[in-house]
Amino acid sequence: MSTLIKFKIDGVECMAETGAYVVEAAVENGIFIPTLCNIKGVKPRGSCRVCTVLVNGRPMSACTTPVASGMEVENNIAELNDIRKAIIEALFVEGNHFCPSCEKSGNCELQALAYRFQMMVPRFPFDFPVRDIDASNPKIIKDHNRCILCKRCIRAIKTEDGKSVFAFKKRGRQLEINVDPDLGELFTDELAAKAAEICPVGAILLREKGYEIPIGQRKFDKEPIGSDIEKK
Amino acid sequence: MSKPIVATTSLAGCFGCHMSILDIDERILDLIELVEFNKSPIDDIKEFTKMCDIGLIEGGCCNSENIHVLKDFRKNCKILVSLGECAIMGGLPALRNGIPIKECLEEAYLNGPSVRENKKRIIPNDDELPMLLDKVYPCHEIVKIDYYLPGCPPSAELIWNALVALVTGDEMKLPYEVVKFD
Amino acid sequence: MATNVQNIIEKYNKDKTRLMDILIDVQSEYGYIPKEAIGQIANNLDISHVDVEQTLSFYHFFSEKPTGKYAIYLNDSVVANMMGRQKVKETFEKEAGIKFGEVSPDGQIGLFDTACIGMNDQEPAALINGRVFTNLTPFRVKEIIRDIKGGTVVEDMFTAAYGDGENRNELIKSTVQNNIRKKGPILDDDYTPGIVIWKKLPEMTPEQVIDEVKKSHIRGRGGAGFPTGLKWEFCRKTKGDKKYIFCNADEGEPGTFKDRVILTERPKLLFEGMVIAGYAVGATEGIVYVRHEYTYLKNYLENLLQGARDRNLLGKDIGGIKGFDFDIRIQFGAGAYVCGEESALIESAEGKRGEPRDRPPFPVEKGYLDKPTVVNNVETLCSVVKILLNGPEWYLKFGTKDSAGSKLLSISGDCKYPGVYEVEWGFAVTDILEMVGTDIEDVQAVQVGGPSGSLIGKDEFARTLCFSDLATGGSLIIIGKQRDILNDIVLNFTDFFIDESCGSCSTCRNITHLMKVKLEKILDARGVENDINDLVEWGKILKVSRCGLGQTAGNPILTSIKNFRYLYEEKIQKDKEYDSGFDLAESVKDSCEAVGRIPNLN
Repeated sequence: MSTLIKFKIDGVECMAETGAYVVEAAVENGIFIPTLCNIKGVKPRGSCRVCTVLVNGRPMSACTTPVASGMEVENNIAELNDIRKAIIEALFVEGNHFCPSCEKSGNCELQALAYRFQMMVPRFPFDFPVRDIDASNPKIIKDHNRCILCKRCIRAIKTEDGKSVFAFKKRGRQLEINVDPDLGELFTDELAAKAAEICPVGAILLREKGYEIPIGQRKFDKEPIGSDIEKK
Repeated sequence: MSKPIVATTSLAGCFGCHMSILDIDERILDLIELVEFNKSPIDDIKEFTKMCDIGLIEGGCCNSENIHVLKDFRKNCKILVSLGECAIMGGLPALRNGIPIKECLEEAYLNGPSVRENKKRIIPNDDELPMLLDKVYPCHEIVKIDYYLPGCPPSAELIWNALVALVTGDEMKLPYEVVKFD
Repeated sequence: MATNVQNIIEKYNKDKTRLMDILIDVQSEYGYIPKEAIGQIANNLDISHVDVEQTLSFYHFFSEKPTGKYAIYLNDSVVANMMGRQKVKETFEKEAGIKFGEVSPDGQIGLFDTACIGMNDQEPAALINGRVFTNLTPFRVKEIIRDIKGGTVVEDMFTAAYGDGENRNELIKSTVQNNIRKKGPILDDDYTPGIVIWKKLPEMTPEQVIDEVKKSHIRGRGGAGFPTGLKWEFCRKTKGDKKYIFCNADEGEPGTFKDRVILTERPKLLFEGMVIAGYAVGATEGIVYVRHEYTYLKNYLENLLQGARDRNLLGKDIGGIKGFDFDIRIQFGAGAYVCGEESALIESAEGKRGEPRDRPPFPVEKGYLDKPTVVNNVETLCSVVKILLNGPEWYLKFGTKDSAGSKLLSISGDCKYPGVYEVEWGFAVTDILEMVGTDIEDVQAVQVGGPSGSLIGKDEFARTLCFSDLATGGSLIIIGKQRDILNDIVLNFTDFFIDESCGSCSTCRNITHLMKVKLEKILDARGVENDINDLVEWGKILKVSRCGLGQTAGNPILTSIKNFRYLYEEKIQKDKEYDSGFDLAESVKDSCEAVGRIPNLN
């Protein structure tokens, strides 16, 4: 049996079930904490750091921190929002994000967060890295130019017997997503669709598909990301 | 009181942003009431004839001429605005940034599928031609830029709102629907 | 080859949590990890190909390409450079006929850079096939390459005398020097191995042991300073069918080498400390995670563990205590600074990439193989033995009020007597400079606590080493006034963090690099005042990273701005408010060259 506990976000009394992560608990209370690498139903990893909140004054990733009774969370404050914006900006200059020519534009969570934080231009110089597009897989295209290394595909896509299909390769600035040459071949249509769906950016695309939803009807054309949560 | 003076240019861009300026429809008449144009493809004034208040820059910098023009704008305009994705982040021309310039030139003039009549295998190198830069640069990585209007192109609404705000000194309104990167 | 690889895999019972060991053995056997081996390992361990690759590609000393019959890794840390690395490097390149990062066409020699190898008091130093070569000179390099070309095996390439103490041991035979300059409670010669296990433990309950450790107020010696007794108590109280004691001997902080000296001279003290910890928390297995660079100690340490088993200091019913079973194994790393972070260390010991975990849960709740685990520093575990032997009151006599006990310092750089000093907490920096034979007038700065610590100047030399003032893991690098702080130290350390970032947090992966780009702009005389301010602001973003590496990756830049801002001010353009750093001449060079025209820059 679960028990309800009380805690606060930006001074607002909230209730949540013990053990819930701060991000989820916030959603239950109609509060949006921006996230990027987090996905519902998959063990969180805290790698993008966008959801950083102050828990009793200390920076913590809200997606991996369980709520505790009496916890004081600071979320929507200028200091944190600027850090979040900077993180998004740094992701934009790290890869090659050409929104005008990207299939995911309008449905992209990185772009949506940039909109929400009103990024007009990144404060950092563009890196324009040389990266590959891997079209060797029969079902998906992996565009490393757009990959933000959020680890969603690694964590969410496994074979039936639980083996990794995606994994990191190398480290630091050389980090990249590696698709298993054998297991990737065995992708079902369903798994390929799931991979493309959970990718927050346009780094995993289904072959022979794209631009299916007209401009104006895409996920983030009309309202900022998180609006659905805040309306509750 | 004299009207604020606006200059515009298209560097490594497609003129789409300029088309979007024209896309403000009948408000263009209000605009002409509101401001005076100086150096701009809109009125075909080729050189600055006086100090301007606002310079709108479309396109990033892909060659030495772009650099020259952009620096000229910085010198002659009090406020510079990067208009559109190419000016802000290089845009589609910057897709070449991952390819060594030599390869780009050889593909364009020697080895590309569309190359027909180049028997002497010449890559243009006349001194009159602008020199290509190693990559396409966003404008603010060359000179100081004061404002940014994203979009490909930025919507006419956004351009109109921004121009009016800059001219009147009012706060710039940026409704969610109009600020987009595509 | 397939048979050899198969033997290695079977040696570790096809256990996927032993992937590190399998890869280490394959790498050492072939000088690289062949593609076929990756598939074979994946199939045998029943994991994906990409799972093997993700571990393999993470560590500096694993390679998918041959590294040469003689793989030479030359340290490129700050102090190596101070001590004449450049000439040594040039000689290696000239004699071998290749550049660093290359392997000779005949496959004989490979030259590679590597981060600090824990020999700062005897630099320049290099690892060749796992053996350490210290105090290198161009002359010595010529000898080494001559020996290599003559086919001499690495073990026979030592022309100089062996180092001091146990470095001469038959199982080590190394030229490494201990350079112990000052002894205290830990390094004291008066120690009988097993004394606490035989004389004290049988009379104490685990709770009493924890109580004694708590009373001593000892705090972790790795740098973070968490109270050791409390950590043990948490672990003891956590339910678990199996518990583990980890000794963190990964010491990768550039400038730190005191654990190497303990592993050489006081390994039995360390093992006894682990047994005590095991008894206190109810653990049955201990793992010493040793950095790859100290592989030359492997046979020596494993032999000592066997000796301890023979003497019932490890194994079953240890010290005659019925039901107290505990054993220790050694886990080597493969070149990753981040594995010094306790949860990354655990991941690595499980055969994975050394990516720090999200906390909570902490290792004491969910550690190695998800079991309750205590991770302690080498020095901490050694101290505990002496605390139990002499009592907490005795221990409290050393040090200051908030920092009890002694601290081993690794001191290097511009000083007369680099080496290991065991001092009481509360030592002032000025005292240290005097102790190591340095005239304070010749000192420009001291790097306290390695790159992740701070760079302090003269006006802070009165500060003292303790948890409430200058907390440190024990590395002090003395920087003479002849040094160029920004180019030689700050830039090198920043590069170090960029190379060592696991890349998982976007902040650590991106911001450190972006700060370096900005620093280079300033060093290139293109900077303006705002660039310095940007560096300070951007440094704040790093603080939200998951682990200590990311949180401190900006420290070389941030602490040097704080304490040596004038060095930055000297480099910037005072008359300019804005400079993008763009260089037209540079940017048109390639295209003009490609079409054969002379750039016209007017």
